[in-house]
Amino acid sequence: MARAVTPRRKAVNTALAWAVGLLIFFPILWTILTSFKTEATAIADPPVWLFFDWTLENYAVVQERSDYSRFLWNSIIIAGGSTLLGLIIAIPAAWSMAFVPSRFTKDILLWMLSTKMLPAVGVLYPIYLIFIQFGLLDTRIGLTVVIMFINLPIIVWMLYTYFKEIPGEILEAARMDGATLREEILYVLTPMAIPGIASTVLLNVILAWNEAFWTLNLTAAKAAPLTAFIASYSSPEGLFYAKLSAASTMAIAPILILGWFSQKQLVRGLTFGAVK
Amino acid sequence: MATQHSRTAARLMLAPAVILLLGWMLVPLTMTLLFSFKQYLPMRGGDLGWVGFDNYIRFVGSSAFWPSVVTTLVIVGSVLVITIVLGVLLALLLDQPMWGQGVVRILVIAPFFVMPTVSALVWKNMFMDPVNGLFAHLWKFFGATPISWLSEASMTSIIMIVSWQWLPFATLILLTAIQSLDSEQLEAAEMDGAPPLSRFGHIILPHLGRAIAIVVLIQTIFLLGVFAEIFVTTQGSFGTRTLTYLIFQRVLESQNVGLGSAGGVYAIILANILAIFLMRIVGKNLDR
Amino acid sequence: MGRIVLEQVTKSFGEVTVIPPLDLTIEDGEFTVFVGPSGCGKSTLLRLIAGLEDVSSGRIAIDGTEATALSPSKRRLAMVFQSYALYPHMTVRKNIAFPLRMAGMDKAEQERRVTQAASVLNLTDYLERRPGQLSGGQRQRVAIGRAIVREPSAFLFDEPLSNLDAALRVGMRLEISELHKRLATTMIYVTHDQVEAMTMADKIVVLRAGHIEQVGSPLDLYHNPRNVFVAGFIGSPTMNLITGPEAAKHNARTIGVRPEHITVSATEGPWSGTVAVSEHLGSDTFFHVHGTGLADSITVRAGGEVGFRHGDRIHLTPRADVIHRFDDKGLRIA
Repeated sequence: MARAVTPRRKAVNTALAWAVGLLIFFPILWTILTSFKTEATAIADPPVWLFFDWTLENYAVVQERSDYSRFLWNSIIIAGGSTLLGLIIAIPAAWSMAFVPSRFTKDILLWMLSTKMLPAVGVLYPIYLIFIQFGLLDTRIGLTVVIMFINLPIIVWMLYTYFKEIPGEILEAARMDGATLREEILYVLTPMAIPGIASTVLLNVILAWNEAFWTLNLTAAKAAPLTAFIASYSSPEGLFYAKLSAASTMAIAPILILGWFSQKQLVRGLTFGAVK
Repeated sequence: MATQHSRTAARLMLAPAVILLLGWMLVPLTMTLLFSFKQYLPMRGGDLGWVGFDNYIRFVGSSAFWPSVVTTLVIVGSVLVITIVLGVLLALLLDQPMWGQGVVRILVIAPFFVMPTVSALVWKNMFMDPVNGLFAHLWKFFGATPISWLSEASMTSIIMIVSWQWLPFATLILLTAIQSLDSEQLEAAEMDGAPPLSRFGHIILPHLGRAIAIVVLIQTIFLLGVFAEIFVTTQGSFGTRTLTYLIFQRVLESQNVGLGSAGGVYAIILANILAIFLMRIVGKNLDR
Repeated sequence: MGRIVLEQVTKSFGEVTVIPPLDLTIEDGEFTVFVGPSGCGKSTLLRLIAGLEDVSSGRIAIDGTEATALSPSKRRLAMVFQSYALYPHMTVRKNIAFPLRMAGMDKAEQERRVTQAASVLNLTDYLERRPGQLSGGQRQRVAIGRAIVREPSAFLFDEPLSNLDAALRVGMRLEISELHKRLATTMIYVTHDQVEAMTMADKIVVLRAGHIEQVGSPLDLYHNPRNVFVAGFIGSPTMNLITGPEAAKHNARTIGVRPEHITVSATEGPWSGTVAVSEHLGSDTFFHVHGTGLADSITVRAGGEVGFRHGDRIHLTPRADVIHRFDDKGLRIA
């Protein structure tokens, strides 16, 4: 909307919006700032804002003490693995529903959505039991699979809405040109859908990275990702603000950056295409 | 619009997703349902046989049940009201012409990407701590006695934390919806002499109706399952035990699987009622 | 090479029958046009031949081999789609080479054929561009290029010109006709535009509701329409169809007179009416005549410039030797 406004009005808008924006962002900003302070400065009263001796010490300590990189690695494996696994299962399914719809397509899509609404706590114990049975408790593979399942409906839905926008004639042209089904998906559909697939991947990585029910309940030490690592700071002996901040900053930084790139797609993914 | 060959291929390609999800849904669900009719105490004798609807009756009859339902509803309701009211205002603000709109958007959206355990911990320690928290400093600055947030105002604290996390989501969706509003409609109303407030009431708000409904439903589904925020802060004490947390405690802490499963079934039923409404909206959208 | 035979082919979608049993032979090297109003099943018929849809029953043979159950990729046919269906993520060169790449042809031969096709279609300067950077006509040529490099046994065109503006359409029409003359490969062309059909076809197949109404050369259809539908569909402006006492005089239920077969006069002629609209094109003049008592409006085409205006009284004389007569069933009376 390119409506003409007076510069004064625009200035007021700008000031107001920035004030609100900074207010909302403040806890994150404060955490990042605190991560560069010494523990003493971190709890100083009155609070110290920008003028303190910046130090990287906290990051070094966090890394050394709790082996941050291992948790990070677990998070990467679980978020990346569940996304990749989900894509492998979802791309063919989305192709199928977008280009060869049957009279059940709509029902299948809605049913998939409904599985997403199953409250996790309702099936906590069975999953727990199955995990013990198959030796999956506190393993990366177990968690990867569970998180893949949780997000699979979102992946299918997002890909479906993106695939729907690709004209079927182009795939038919590929068929006429002698492409097999595999070649059609690999050389024509996938490259054309790259922007959509990228957004799907992004959103899914974010959701998997931040998932905090199953990661807290199904891991102990070995496979614990960053969510669990941070939760371990809730015990009283972990009460060091600067170090907590450093750990938090490290845990959220990668996803914050990814998230900023994917804000538009986020809407579409999280509303199952109902708002675009 | 396809050949038998491609239809067969399509079914084969859809099958893995459907079969896997079906398994993911049915196997645990069936188990939960079975356990809910059993006296099942893994640490104290294991499977002690069928007990009919005992668990269901006991779960509802326990002194913790109704407070947990109330707590759940208060959290869900308050967060919804806060995020939608502020979300609409924020979306309207962000839709205005301004300098640095992109940056402001990024600032506003950021909390959504913070993992729940981090946001809970940051709020708990760095803001709400009665001694060293920023709020305590602020209170002291104005000469007031610092509040011990998580014990004295536990619900307010939880609602604040969760609202902070979900406000970006509501704002983002409402902003997207506002931006899809045909600006000619607004201009026509302006030409017709409608003042800003009635333009908002008669054109913008009705246009946002569907987006608001979607925000309500999706947030409700996620908010019913709020876990990490409570797990990290109050552990369910000081009146913050939600239904989800109660079930979690029954199952994993007191290892009463039968009772917890009955609670799980209640939670599933509750979520399904909401899910039906959400799917109606989404389903309608599919026809277009 | 490219002889295509359809035997008792039917197609239904669920309860709805789109093509009732249909027989058709398309000879090798023929330019065949399927024409008919929208929804007549012409595109479906083309897609059945392409293999993009299954026949519900019947069989299709291409080059004398059974093709009914073959997948599209195995039928050795090339298709040009209405939307061109170019691969947006590939350059023009890669688009044209795609079918060759799928066939596993070696790189040098691919390159040779792409270069040749590009020079034939004036695309040499655009080979490194993407479809999004091309004009409508250029995209059309890329689609054709992608079809010709494979040296298919037949080309299928699905309303390829309908997305082009009028001027470009005439140009592309000529290019496709020329291409057919040079390649002498079977072409099947679907259109709803009878002018395209008349100008390009060796053989026209007129379809209505999945039925073949008539098959024949353009002039055959023009001179001897088999029924009222074909008579009304072929020719521009359309034939005047007259029922009632005037038709009865000719022992017919309906008679048809083409606008170009009526002479006008200010003073004499068996029919008369008032000019409602006159269209002066310079080369021709069209009159839409009302109040003749024969039909709502009679269209007349007069060569050159003829000076009647709106409201003028006008007399009409049909050429007796070219009055088409149709019986109660709408069939031509010989």
